[in-house]
This record gives sequence, structure tokens and C-alpha cells, in this order.
Amino acid sequence: MSADQEAIRDVFSSFFVEQTGSESARNSMPLGFDVKAWKRLSETGAPGMGVSPPTGGGASLSDLVIVAEEAGAQIAPLPIIDHVVASRVLEKLDLLEEEVLTGTLIAGLVLRPVENGVAKSVPTGAIANRLIALNEDKLLLLADEPPNESLPNHGDLPIAHRVIRNADIIAEGVEATELFDRALNEWKTLISAFLVGITRSSIEITVEYVKDRHQFGKPIGSFQSVQHGLADLPGLCDGARLLVNKAAWAGDKEIDGVINLTDNEISDFATLASMSLVFAGETSIHATDRGLHYHGGYGFSEEYDIQLFYRRARAWSQILNSPSEECLNLADLLLKDSGAE
Amino acid sequence: MDFELSEKAIDFRSQVKKFIENNLTSEIISNMHKTGTFNDKSFNEALASEGLLAGAVPGYGDRDPVELYLLFNELEKAGAPYDGLAVTMLVAGIINAVGTEFHHEEILKKLLTGKHNCCLGYSEPDYGSDVASITTKAEKVGDKWIINGQKMWTTMAHESDWVLLLTRTNSEVPKHKGMTMFLVPMATPGIEIQPVPTMASERTNATFYDNVEVEDQWRLGEIDDGWSVMGIALALERGVMGGTNPAVPLLKHVLNWAETTPSKNESLMINNNLMRERIARTAIINQVGQLLTLRAAWIAATGGMPGVEGSMAKIYASEEYQKVVGWFQQMAGAEGLLSFGAEDAAAFGWIDYDARHAPVTTIYGGTSEINRNNIAERHLGLPRSR
Repeated sequence: MSADQEAIRDVFSSFFVEQTGSESARNSMPLGFDVKAWKRLSETGAPGMGVSPPTGGGASLSDLVIVAEEAGAQIAPLPIIDHVVASRVLEKLDLLEEEVLTGTLIAGLVLRPVENGVAKSVPTGAIANRLIALNEDKLLLLADEPPNESLPNHGDLPIAHRVIRNADIIAEGVEATELFDRALNEWKTLISAFLVGITRSSIEITVEYVKDRHQFGKPIGSFQSVQHGLADLPGLCDGARLLVNKAAWAGDKEIDGVINLTDNEISDFATLASMSLVFAGETSIHATDRGLHYHGGYGFSEEYDIQLFYRRARAWSQILNSPSEECLNLADLLLKDSGAE
Repeated sequence: MDFELSEKAIDFRSQVKKFIENNLTSEIISNMHKTGTFNDKSFNEALASEGLLAGAVPGYGDRDPVELYLLFNELEKAGAPYDGLAVTMLVAGIINAVGTEFHHEEILKKLLTGKHNCCLGYSEPDYGSDVASITTKAEKVGDKWIINGQKMWTTMAHESDWVLLLTRTNSEVPKHKGMTMFLVPMATPGIEIQPVPTMASERTNATFYDNVEVEDQWRLGEIDDGWSVMGIALALERGVMGGTNPAVPLLKHVLNWAETTPSKNESLMINNNLMRERIARTAIINQVGQLLTLRAAWIAATGGMPGVEGSMAKIYASEEYQKVVGWFQQMAGAEGLLSFGAEDAAAFGWIDYDARHAPVTTIYGGTSEINRNNIAERHLGLPRSR
């Protein structure tokens, strides 16, 4: 990590610790969006940080994953990832409005294909004023009032179905699919970083808990069965972070990467982004599962924070699609040169 | 973070790849599986004469641990016999760190020729993970040491010129403070080697030491300070010297098999969705294993001791390898049971071999449990549980 990136981490870590965290997550239910914290974040210029200078902050994907991990560590109920990714698409098409740049209007992505004019279970659906969607080979921009009401859901996210009507066609053909694929890979990479943050915090919260909680006259963290269940997690967390960082590095490079499956040499952005989502997702599910369990009955109660992390880990891991399906997409990339396909 | 290898490292890797292409014959590979000895002295010698062996000694000269990782990683991916070499070069690294002038001249120089091997004498029949309780005794009589005892899992003893032997020299002090390390020439009278066959093709040994007499010059490190030498050995070893990408060659064999084997519902196994999902998952596992290992190498390259990070890489790579082998063996059905040389054996018997080999990987070089203790205590800050 460069000195600049360390500075980014420190600034955003303090911001998310002070302005978000479990209290903000609880207070922003049921919508799943902390309006006040978003306004404060907007004052820092963060919604435009992914846009090129001088208009925006010029952050690279490698910079943005640092921000996303810190947001995940505090389960920030803020649409920063979707907003940054959507802004980068709009900038490329010269369609970035001042209100989106500043965060006054929220932009998001429809991750999955639009069916019969409806975008189902959009993660920012309840709050986004601008939505980018791919409909066959047309890239659409929907400018519409959000419902400001979310579908009740596992991860307390601002999920809503949105009707796509009167949307502008902003790109077509190869340009449209390339723009969308790039955006989706950036989204996968950044959500993976958010999930690494969830994993990291879940380990920290649980380790503190098992040091503090006594049974049979000693901390439960002194029992080997508990220690070993926890000892698996930091390696998985670090592995996920390394993979996400590698995906971001590949995404920032100008040249095409390679996919050499049999030699384990992979530097292709789409492949690494997909790997990151599967691995960071399942790691966060595993870490929150262990974490909740070692809290005993309290982990299951609303009062303790671990359940907030547990539910968000699952929500972000599969809001795009099931991990098995993501693995099949990944296999298509890995095996595209295989003679049998 | 930059995931590009340095130009020097890329050059080194292509040199290794080229060497493997020119020198690793199918005879060498089939011979290692036939004999169970995963060591080939002429292959090692060829590596040495290419100038590649000095890079295999951890901490030696100005060699970068990333190069060390690359060398063993390429050998591992190619299925080359590197077990003997890894242990030998580890001993070379220990000598380099704590050895005397005599050890450098008499042993290290010879190890760098590729013609000689070393083996490790830590474990005993009754003490494996609890290695600090070993009882093999070394007694100072005059200016000589007399050694008596037995060691287990002395793999490559029958190929070796020296054994790195952990002995008890003081029973009056706490167990960690009463051990001394020796480099004992295997030709010394009183040493007996008995082969221990294993369920995979690998051969290991039990070694017996009956009034083995050695001069003090063969002692490595201070008297009663053998535990510090062990500590150096473990830090040099973990994660960097192969064993963290075992599913890479397996996946190569599985792909060859899946691309040519009919499936019940699809034309070929490679088009089966469960197969494709598992190939993708194995590819992720291989990437993560590589990244965790490279991180340990980076830490070592910048002067750190990657003890905890090495434990993380080792647990991850070995346990995931076992999981992956299990998937593919089951998917291959009855033919997944057939061994090297059997007609119709899935992946020419590699799946059977990997399924036989995988269990040892969570045991040797520090069990998963010992590594978890290490992470729990040193990384998570939890109290000692033993």
C-alpha cells in the first residue's frame, strides 16, 4: 500500500467509524439507507471520487477497494459502491450530471438483465434517482423518483423492484455491453472488498467476545475447539483481500491480462473480479457463521452486532446471482480456450 | 499493491521453466512414483550446474525469497521430484544462518552441488507434534558425543549424507531448554535405516541410533539451544518451499481427463455443470494459495519472519487440496479408483495418486492443529490452550 493509499484508508476508516457502524445500520432500518451519513459523505466529495480529475477525485480501482473495505467493516448503509461505479459509466458517456457528481442525486446499477420492463431486486432500487441497466444490447439510463421504501430483506439493504420506462438509450451494441461488463466487474471487485471488511470486523468482534465471555471459570477463547474454529478465519480474510487487490490491480492496468489455468497464472480483470466475488462472499459467510455461533444465544439476539454482519454477508454475496452460477460464468472464462466447449 | 513480479524474478522463472522443459523427463516422474523416492540426484545436479540451486537456499547470499518460492512452485506445478531437494535446501538455509565455518565448508558447499542430500530427524515414535518432548539422547563423553535413540518419518534418510538430528542433552531443565541440534553424517557406525512404506507411493523411514559417536564439530548451534535452531528451520520452511499449490498439477490432470471422457448427460465431462463449477472453484483455490504463499515470500524478502503467514498458507493449501481431490475422485466414479498403469484409470491414475497423497499434507511440516495453535496465539492473541 502506498503512502497515499494509507492516507485514504485512515480518512475513510475514521469517517465510517464515526458516521456509520452498527448504530447507523440499526437506525436506518427499514429503508437501509442513512441519509444523514450520506450528506456528510457527500461533503467530503467521496461520491465523485471515482471520476477523473479535475471534475472528480481520480481514484483508481485500487484506491476504491480500500474505501470499500472500510465501508464494509462498518456495514455502512450507504450506496457508495453503486454510486461510484455508475458515475464512472456516466462520465465515459459524457452524461455525468452535477447532482450525481456531488451525491445530491444517487446513481446505481441494475445488475441483472431487465425482464419485461422490470428490473428485479435492484440493490439501490429503493433510493436511486438514476439507474443504469442493460437491456439486450442497449444500455439504458432511467431517471425517475425512487420509491424510498425497500422490500423487507435479509440484509436490510435498500432493495426494490423498479419499472424501467421512458429510459434513455445511452449506448448500443458492443459499446453498451463493454461498458456494462466493465461496470459489473468494477462492482464485483468493490463489493468483494466490502465483504472483506465484513469478514475482518466479524473476526475482531468475535475474538473480543470470546476473550471476554467466561464459562467454566475461564474465557471461552481459551478452549481449543473455539480457538481452532477462529484460527481458520484470518488466513481466509487475508486471502480474500489479496485476491480483491489483485483484481483491482488487473482492472487498473491498461493492457489485457492472461488466463492460464493449468499454470495458475491469471491476470485477467473479469476472471479475477468473478473469483473475488465468489471467494470474498463465501469467506464472509463462513466468518460470520463462526462468529455468530461463538456468541452463543446472544449472537442470535438482535441486541448483538454480529447478526447484522451475518445477514449482510449473505445479502451482498448473492444479490447478483448464486455463487454456483457465478462459478459457471467463471468457468466459461477459464475454459474458453478448452477444445471441448 | 503491485502483483507484477520483478523483471529479475520473471527472468528467473523463465529460466526454471526452460530447465524443467529440457530436463524433466517422463522417466524421472514415473521412476519417482515407482521407487517412492521423490528425489533425483542427477536432476538436482543438473539444477546446480545451471546455477539454479543457490537460489533454492532460503536466506543465502543475495537471493530473493520470491525466487525461492518460484523455483519450488514451478517444480511442484510440473510434478517434478522436489521433496528431497526442499529438505536439503532447508538444511542448507539453516547452516547458512547458524552454521560454523566447518559446516559451511564440509556440508553447505557440497549441498550446493546437488549431489548430496540431508534429512530431518525431529519426530520420534512417541513425540510428533509435541516435538519438544523428544528423548533421543546425546551425552558428552570426553570430547565426543554419544547418541542413542530412534527417529520417525526420516524421509530421504536412505538418500542422505547427513541427518539434522534433534537430541536431548539436558533432562534437568524445562523441556524446551534441554535440546541440542546435530548434523550427523549418515555413514557413522551405529545408524540403521528401516523403510516405512506409505499408502501413497512415497517412502519414508524410521532411523535408529545405537551408540553413535560424533565429534563436537557436528553440533549445530549452542548446547541446549536446539529449540532456537528449530525455530529458524520452521520460519524458513513454512509456505515458501513448495506444498502450497498441490492442486495445480491435479487440475491439469483433471482437465485432460474431463476433456476426453464421456459424461452421462453431456457429451463430455468438461461440459458437465457440476464439473465446471468445481473446476472454477479449484482455480480460485489455486490463486488464493499462490497469493498467500507469495505474501509469506514478500515478508521474508523484506527481512520479516513469516511464521503466522506461513501457517495460514499451509492450512489453506493443504485442506483445500484434500477437498478438491475428494470432489474429483468421486466425480470420476469407479475409474477414479484405478491406479497408475491400470487400463482406463481416470487421468492415468493421477486422481488415485492425489487422493492417496493428500492426507499427509495436513500432517507433515506441522499439522493443521499446530498451525491453528500458532495463529490463535500469535495472531488472534488468544491464551495458550495447552
